[in-house]
Amino acid sequence: MKHTLSLGQYSVLVAVTLTAAVGDTLLGHGMQQVGPVPIAHLGMLLVAMRNPWVILGIFCLIGFFASYLTALSWADLTFVLPSTAFGYVVVALLSKYWLHEAVSRYRWAGIVLIVCGVGFVANGPSLTEHAVAGEKATEEIGGLR
Amino acid sequence: MSHAGPLETWTGIILVATTAVAGDVLTAGAMRRIGDLDLIRAKSGLAGAVRAVVSSPMFLLGVASMALSFFSLLFAVSKVEVSLVAPASASLTFLGNAFAAKFFLKENVDRRRWLAALFVCAGVFLLLK
Repeated sequence: MKHTLSLGQYSVLVAVTLTAAVGDTLLGHGMQQVGPVPIAHLGMLLVAMRNPWVILGIFCLIGFFASYLTALSWADLTFVLPSTAFGYVVVALLSKYWLHEAVSRYRWAGIVLIVCGVGFVANGPSLTEHAVAGEKATEEIGGLR
Repeated sequence: MSHAGPLETWTGIILVATTAVAGDVLTAGAMRRIGDLDLIRAKSGLAGAVRAVVSSPMFLLGVASMALSFFSLLFAVSKVEVSLVAPASASLTFLGNAFAAKFFLKENVDRRRWLAALFVCAGVFLLLK
């Protein structure tokens, strides 16, 4: 049996993609403002969490986590993960067409490879056929309510 | 600007990737046991779905691994460019997850999924150029 996804499930995968990419970018920007954290002063990582860019990044990553968990409840890990990589493609395209940055041939080649990789899994089944335990657990949880 | 040598850089990247793989596999295993969250939410509401997730010890262990990965990432990007740490750790995480999903989650990682993992891994590295 081939597991296909509904429109709502595809939109969850889009949310996984976008929130991961934006969250990582915001975190990177925030940590560049905070500066290097010496290994003897790891407590500074907690101070870094006061930076507004880091806070925004964390909010994005919370959104990522919620959509990621939802996706994992109906799809395989090896199906969901390539969609997170698609975020790099989104960032590269935004850099090119919104920020008007130069995107090298290597980056275009990388984009093509990631799109192909995502295409490979998107074309296949989303779930391995041994999900009976999960369905049983769902029924049990439903029965307990 | 990089403030770390190659050993420290790659130790940080491997630590981020290893803890990320552990977190991904543990949370995926927990979600597999819990079942479809959309169905649970339809039956028990959002609170029921949240309760089902947070009462799973495997999920909590996965979250602990992800938290470790997050702080490793913060530590790494404070010393090395995010343009190296994020794609390199992500590439290693993709390959690590493909192996871990096959051996621990018993997922059907067929030729199509191996190719996807390799293509994504190579693609992320090329984005560094």
